[in-house]
Amino acid sequence: MGITAAQALVKGLEEENVTKVFGYPGGAVLPIYDALIDSDIQHVLVRHEQGAVHMANGYARISGQPGVCIATSGPGATNLVTGIATAYMDSVPVVIITGQVATSMVGTDAFQEVDITGITLPITKHNYLVKRAKDIPRIIKEAFYIARTGRPGPVLIDIPKDVAASTIEYQPVEKVELRGYKPNYKGHPQQIERAVRLINKSKKPVIYVGGGVINSGATEELYELAWKAQMPVTTTLMGLGSFPEDDRLSLHMLGLHGAPYANYAVTNADLLIGLGVRFDDRVTGAIEKFAPQAKIIHIDIDPAEIGKNVVVDVPIVGDLKLVLRDLIEKLEPQEHLEWLEQIEQWKQEHPLQYGNGDRLRPQYVIEKLGELTNHRAVVTADVGQHQMWAAQFYKFTRPRSFLTSGGLGTMGYGFPAAIGAQIADPDALVVTVTGDGSFQMAMQEMGTAVEQNLPIKVLLFNNNSLALVRQLQHFYCDKRYTAVSFTGNPDFAKFAECYGAVGLKIETRDQVEPVLKEALNNGRLTIIEVSISEEELVLPMVPNARGLDEMVQFPFGEEDQCE
Amino acid sequence: MKHTLSVLVENKPGVLTRIAGLFARRGFNIKSLAVGETEDPEVSRMTIVVDGDDRIIEQVTKQLNKLVDVIKLSDITHDEFVDRELVLIKVHCDASNRSEIIQIVDVFRARIVDMGRNSMIIEATGDSGKIDAIETSLRPFGIRELVRTGKIAMVRGPKTRNGEA
Ligand SMILES: Cc1ncc(C[n+]2csc(CCOP(=O)(O)OP(=O)(O)O)c2C)c(N)n1
Repeated sequence: MGITAAQALVKGLEEENVTKVFGYPGGAVLPIYDALIDSDIQHVLVRHEQGAVHMANGYARISGQPGVCIATSGPGATNLVTGIATAYMDSVPVVIITGQVATSMVGTDAFQEVDITGITLPITKHNYLVKRAKDIPRIIKEAFYIARTGRPGPVLIDIPKDVAASTIEYQPVEKVELRGYKPNYKGHPQQIERAVRLINKSKKPVIYVGGGVINSGATEELYELAWKAQMPVTTTLMGLGSFPEDDRLSLHMLGLHGAPYANYAVTNADLLIGLGVRFDDRVTGAIEKFAPQAKIIHIDIDPAEIGKNVVVDVPIVGDLKLVLRDLIEKLEPQEHLEWLEQIEQWKQEHPLQYGNGDRLRPQYVIEKLGELTNHRAVVTADVGQHQMWAAQFYKFTRPRSFLTSGGLGTMGYGFPAAIGAQIADPDALVVTVTGDGSFQMAMQEMGTAVEQNLPIKVLLFNNNSLALVRQLQHFYCDKRYTAVSFTGNPDFAKFAECYGAVGLKIETRDQVEPVLKEALNNGRLTIIEVSISEEELVLPMVPNARGLDEMVQFPFGEEDQCE
Repeated sequence: MKHTLSVLVENKPGVLTRIAGLFARRGFNIKSLAVGETEDPEVSRMTIVVDGDDRIIEQVTKQLNKLVDVIKLSDITHDEFVDRELVLIKVHCDASNRSEIIQIVDVFRARIVDMGRNSMIIEATGDSGKIDAIETSLRPFGIRELVRTGKIAMVRGPKTRNGEA
């Protein structure tokens, strides 16, 4: 029986167990939208294509399954670009379907034509321009396979309108055959032996964990490994939640705005075990001063990450879940009493802290949010000071509970990611921590959240400022502040109300608990606008070109603020 | 140091862009790149000469291997291989030096493929050393135009691209 290629596409999505897609229509995707009508797949209509791809990202990071989004050719496709790059940098499996002008028009600068496969070449794991309708079933199958296996990432499929509309004989594809794509899952036994020997010898080991552990579903193995050899664990921004932050072995986050004791531990370690990490510059500070005394074991599914930024003593390519299993089995139980004592001392002397006083402090709000949600909410964060406070003070206890754009640092990610997250897990309590700057890059998606009936809580820290940039100007531009103040911000609580959502405000310290409680329990889409000072600082902070142990810390000046 | 990479890729549109783009984006330095179909029409072979220290070459090979369209990559730098390059050189000449040029062409077992009043085109094949040498020898006469194909290479002995003997 013949069906259209667009129908075959939808069938292919169904075969991949896709139940939701996020998208925005247009002329070049008419056949695809038409085919969706007859499917059980639910289409979530967004307000801006960037929202669609961030939602697919949030959906994927919560569900562990590829998120899917659709956009039309030309401007629809280019509006996706930031979101695709965001997913690429954070290794998130997203399948992106774009319409293209008809085959006969491709290459003629036709209306709404853009070379989206060319544009996204460096920011997709792979992409396709479909030229023959009969290839659709195979390409869909491959795209999902590539997106979710190995190191996950976005895969884009660009489909010309005439291709989508043409009729094919549908043949389901059973198996993916890709000669050039064979991820390696099993770690090399000899390298694992070498890693075991290094761990057995180590007096001052630190485990350094990134998003790869969450992608691999290896958090239980991580916990077992850490306790079997009593090794403290620090995570990157992307790794938050992979190891419970209320555990004695937790060192919390390391790096640019990491916990002092995490940074001291790494600097003094004799062994660093990097799991699903990429030794990013925000983590390492000045690379030549990073873990200077440590032997390095690096385990990752992507061979290209190993040895890219640092020289590694024991490289292991494989899936963390499998490799850690092997490692745990071979490892003798160990204690590192002296080392853990030293770390305890650092924790006492240099806690993650902020100045006190009666002022309403954003860090306090995040701490309260953590308490009131039992540290088990799904938190999405945008980019800015608020993001770092969320990372520092929420205290995450479970994987897939903190979503933020770690690699690209994309403002406007948090709210649409929360929508995707809430759709993936309707029962979850989803909170977006955002700033007035970031939220205004995505606040048109309020309409989407209202339509979908999502009880998301938007905790919006309003400092009428792009305060993380202001902080940079404070430290690096001699306090010459420019282009960081907003004087035309709306009343965000009222903004919520005009969508029929709930708007609440927190202006003093004693309002924090009651207002948060009200918001968390009202079962409705809610914006909580928290008024804070633009002079707050995110500390600790490792200045440019410094080592991790050279942080600027609280207490900082009289008021702990920049003026 | 210069490395010679022999890369089997899917013979599909856009593959060259993917590879060239990767080199540009990551700041790798291609010295030459030659590409053509193999005995299997679905597969092309690229011979890429790239310059860099060991760390860079390691990154180049790993990043290339990540491309879905790259089927197999071998760094044959330290293998025994035969390599060839083709060059066309348009050299300035006149009655006074024509015979001298023809002598050079003979020494290098090159060929004259076009002859004009003031210039001739010389075709030569050989390994990169030979091509460099003929270029140097002809330079004093005035090279007006020069085009090189870039190197192609094949490992000696019974081993084939699939590693089978
Ligand atoms: C799309 C985008 N543009 C610019 C930046 C640079 N940038 C990083 S943080 C920041 C300020 C964020 O302001 P806001 O969301 O209000 O957060 P705050 O720092 O005030 O908490 C800017 C402009 C970015 N990360 N992303």
